[in-house]
Amino acid sequence: MAEAVCRPRAGGGRSRPRGAGRASATAPRRYRWAAVPPVALLGLFFLYPLGLVVQQSLHPDTGGTSFRAYAGVFASASFRDALGTTVWIALASTLGCLVLGFLLALVIAFVPFPGARAVARFADVYLSFPSFLITLALLFLYGTTGIIGSFPFLATPWGVLLAEVTYFTPFVMRPLLAAFSQVDTAQIEAASSLGARAPRIVARVILPEALPALAAGGSLVLVLCLNEFGIVLFTGAKGVTTLPMLVYSKAILESDYPGACVVAVVNVLISVGLYGLYRLVSRRAGA
Amino acid sequence: MLVHSRGARWAVWAVFGVLFLPLFALPLLVVLGASFATHWSGALPSGMTVANFRSATRGDALDALTTSLVTAVTASLLALAVGTWAALAAARLKERHRRIVDALFVLPLAVPSVVVGLSLLVAFSKPPMLLNGTRWIVILAHTVLVTSFAHQSVSAAITRLDPAYEQAAASLGARPAYVLWRVRLPLLLPSLTAAAGLCFALSMGELSATMMLYPPDWTPLPVLIYSATDRGALFAGSALAVVLMAATLIVLSAVSRVRNKASYR
Repeated sequence: MAEAVCRPRAGGGRSRPRGAGRASATAPRRYRWAAVPPVALLGLFFLYPLGLVVQQSLHPDTGGTSFRAYAGVFASASFRDALGTTVWIALASTLGCLVLGFLLALVIAFVPFPGARAVARFADVYLSFPSFLITLALLFLYGTTGIIGSFPFLATPWGVLLAEVTYFTPFVMRPLLAAFSQVDTAQIEAASSLGARAPRIVARVILPEALPALAAGGSLVLVLCLNEFGIVLFTGAKGVTTLPMLVYSKAILESDYPGACVVAVVNVLISVGLYGLYRLVSRRAGA
Repeated sequence: MLVHSRGARWAVWAVFGVLFLPLFALPLLVVLGASFATHWSGALPSGMTVANFRSATRGDALDALTTSLVTAVTASLLALAVGTWAALAAARLKERHRRIVDALFVLPLAVPSVVVGLSLLVAFSKPPMLLNGTRWIVILAHTVLVTSFAHQSVSAAITRLDPAYEQAAASLGARPAYVLWRVRLPLLLPSLTAAAGLCFALSMGELSATMMLYPPDWTPLPVLIYSATDRGALFAGSALAVVLMAATLIVLSAVSRVRNKASYR
């Protein structure tokens, strides 16, 4: 997953073959309309429904005027709690994933041990499993019949944080490993022969090379954490409510569609805003 | 080699093991161990049995597995078709327009899946397009969610494509449709299969939008796992999760076998 998403930034993103631009410049004009059918499908099945959500949040079918639903939701303590919880868990998880992912990728790439490749492949396999598996495992470890002991750990934001760091760290490791494979080992040898110790080499040689990959992986993980639902749902914790969880419980459990639409709009604005910011920043950094 | 002294290297590896094993290997081992057990109160699971698997591969569970497989295959193929079409068509556009198409197709990635589910619920619950309550709304949601991954990997592959091949074909008189079918698509085949595997894996594990949409007669495996753990049947849920992981891995390895063949041609 991360390969597809972080592809443009992970080291030398501007390596487009020189002819590619020319090919499209000389392409026959009449194929311009070929882009219309897929965009129309996307419009019908994604953009139009999304627009309806915004419309429902302003003018619900059940009657009422604009912004009343917003006022109601913003005034409720559960929404403000959910907003705060979502943002801080997402930020903390991203930070945790960045630190942990950097350390682990560093060891795999530069202090390799027998089986390091297998570990890197294992991280790839991890990406193809659903996130709720982690919470399921944590239920055994810390749940009511827990192995480590039943203390009410999963019902707190810390349980969600631990699960998110576990699940999303491979998303940071993958672009990092790709970036590390491009680092010239001669640079490290040179720095080392000039007397630099390992921490200094990491800080002055490796970290600058890894920054684009860190930025790409980190912002992807931030957006995925803001939108994460399965992990929170599986904890079954009443104490932890995030925005996606609030959308689900308002729409499905309470049948309060206008309220759900309002929360959805807020959630989309935060996520898409951050994602847009990331694409902008990374394009600047890549150029 | 970053760390030269032998002792320091062992220390680094020890730290790696202490971080890696409990965080990443333990959860999978726990789920695997629990799927064969009936009790888990000590350090190791007890009451070893295969009964969990016997019930995880028949009746409702088998239906859910079939449902998940059908949904994932259909959604991946649809997403691959739409995503590839969009990527190929966008590559022909001017830079500015291409950016717009790319941004539109990335958008489903940034929008929370729960909101994608909610929006489909709002849009397709009334005529003329009444999809709510049918299996198609689940398949549609999965397609929307994985299309951006298909589009991203294919369009990344297109920018790496060497235009010399298609220019050579065109200069020899091949028509554009022929160039597309016999030159561009075969060259893209490895990334198309990679994208297919990615879409399949994501769709198999999709829970957020599915929870908003699934009709009673179309319950994918993740929903069944949730309802099992929600009513406290953790060991049955683990067996279902192992079945889900195994099915995903089997299909992924088959796909990567196809990919290897495609790239050696």
